[in-house]
Amino acid sequence: MSPERPKRPDRVRPDRTADAALGPDAREEVLRRVRAALGPARGTPVEVPRGYRRRLAPDQAPGRADVVALFIERVAGHRVPVRHVVADELPTAIAAALWGREAKRIAVPADLPFGWLAELDGVRAVPDTAAGVGAAGFDALAVDGVVTGCAAAVAQTGTLVLDGGRGQGRRALALVPGHHVCVVHADQIVGTLAEAVARLDPARPLTWITGPTAPGGPGARALEVLVVDD
Amino acid sequence: MTPSATPSSPRPRFADAAREALADPASRGELRGSVAAVRARRAAAVAELPDWGELRAAGSAVRERTLLNLDALLEDLERAVIEAGGIVHWAADAAEARRIVRGLVGAGEVVRADAPVLREIGLTATPLPDRLPAARAGVCGIDFMVAETGTMVLLEETGAGRACLALPGPLVAVAGIEQVVPTWRDLEVFLHLLPRSAGGPGGAGRFSPAVSTWTGSAPGDGPGEFHLVLLDNGRTGTLADEVGRAALRCIGCAACVHVCPVYERVGGAPYGPVRAGPIGAILTPQLRGVGSAANASLPFASTLCGACAEVCPVGIDIPEILVHLRGRVVESRRHRPVPTPELAMMRTVAWTLSDRRRYETALRRGTRWARLLARGGRVRRLPGVLGLLGRWTDARDLPVPPPRPFRAWWADRPGGGAR
Repeated sequence: MSPERPKRPDRVRPDRTADAALGPDAREEVLRRVRAALGPARGTPVEVPRGYRRRLAPDQAPGRADVVALFIERVAGHRVPVRHVVADELPTAIAAALWGREAKRIAVPADLPFGWLAELDGVRAVPDTAAGVGAAGFDALAVDGVVTGCAAAVAQTGTLVLDGGRGQGRRALALVPGHHVCVVHADQIVGTLAEAVARLDPARPLTWITGPTAPGGPGARALEVLVVDD
Repeated sequence: MTPSATPSSPRPRFADAAREALADPASRGELRGSVAAVRARRAAAVAELPDWGELRAAGSAVRERTLLNLDALLEDLERAVIEAGGIVHWAADAAEARRIVRGLVGAGEVVRADAPVLREIGLTATPLPDRLPAARAGVCGIDFMVAETGTMVLLEETGAGRACLALPGPLVAVAGIEQVVPTWRDLEVFLHLLPRSAGGPGGAGRFSPAVSTWTGSAPGDGPGEFHLVLLDNGRTGTLADEVGRAALRCIGCAACVHVCPVYERVGGAPYGPVRAGPIGAILTPQLRGVGSAANASLPFASTLCGACAEVCPVGIDIPEILVHLRGRVVESRRHRPVPTPELAMMRTVAWTLSDRRRYETALRRGTRWARLLARGGRVRRLPGVLGLLGRWTDARDLPVPPPRPFRAWWADRPGGGAR
């Protein structure tokens, strides 16, 4: 997870005039109804039994290598091409993935590690620096794919998580029609969803990608995953 | 954005609407196939986790805790969302929610990611096209709201809501007040329970293909401007009923819908616009009251087989609530100036049974009539002119009573007859 957090605007009190037309404060009314409805039961503490597993069962993934292997198996299970490469091969593997799909013009986060695109002959990479360009703007850029890193990956479900941190760009990048080549470092892969929840920062915009979305919907694209051993 | 047209005639009762659905064998066959596919995917996804029972127990407890602490959690949620740059609105009913949403999205082109809560309040708009649209504003539903952090969580098969998140204009999310969960960590339970129970085709059934979370507004990333509309619309009334309250634990997985033998045959339409299946049969009458014949008929739209309770990931005892609501429907009709035929009959029965002579007279006459109406040793379907009795015998046969009732025999036996 990258250390920088997205900047928040200075808090501006929203214009309440629209709500003022709604008559007596609905907020007070709803809260009053909730309290009245609960009566004496209100505030009753309920013990939550948390006997479920937070990690993979030992027989499922005893070591690091097994977690990575499970991730690759589950990603492939979504019929998403996945390759396991060493760091030196990464630029070639990225280029090969794009060539294989005949991509000509791709969008990349402005802070994508420079070396990743070193072998990119014949494919134009457009850095996503255009502040204010909405998701629709990518259509205008006429790109046919994106290359990003990720913040975490989940072996149990074959899931990639992007959090807008380094090498990932804005959420809109994950919606660009076309191909998405996503690079996962082996040490970013956790076993379970519970481990991912513990590792991720809810203050960041999180995009969880698990295989292709239902056909016909927005952002339905061809995904390709490269797992890098460092 | 327009409210869906209010139907001019009242919605039919469940049985009447169901009869129509049952008359279409083609769509029945289709429904049976799709329901079976969802059921199979759910079963496989659930069987894969050896700790499903523990996850369910945790999920039930978290939801119960949420409901019993709802006022405090809503205040926490509101604080966290505002702190993160979002704006929170409260709507006591559907009309107020619609007004708020319309005021926020303005006149430009609006896209909507479909969600049950949007259907509930009657909001319709352009459905999302496959390419990212030129729309300015988006409207979506929410699956979970985290009170601790103000985080919104959306799980999807299609990514329509995710596309709304990246629009340049305002994003308006509508959520029922019960959809809050206390902590971020609680998601480790619900991220398993919801998608696996839903049995969707994506993510190999283990997880939804498109899951998005956001906290407040995120300028430059999206949403640039975030509005959350917290909707009551009958939920506080439901919360006030100690038995019926558990229906608000629902996380919207629809597992109960896909195991329901009634739903499998009649489909979603007879349940009305709020929710289909067993959860609709317990939520709609509570959210909208049992005043209308259509809503009052829903708690009876079940065989009480209990399959729904077995699969519910948050332990809602749906049959218990169905029976409880049946009682409420009967109770609500007790004080009408003109009693229902059922109530009138029950009152007559009570009057007859409360006096020995009346009872014995009725017994003698009843025996005689039953023997007259019987054919082949059974009392079969009685003519419709007998009203309730005719309907009741539609599907039930009775044995013919013996010529002499026990009481007559007892009175006539040697040494008896002390009358």
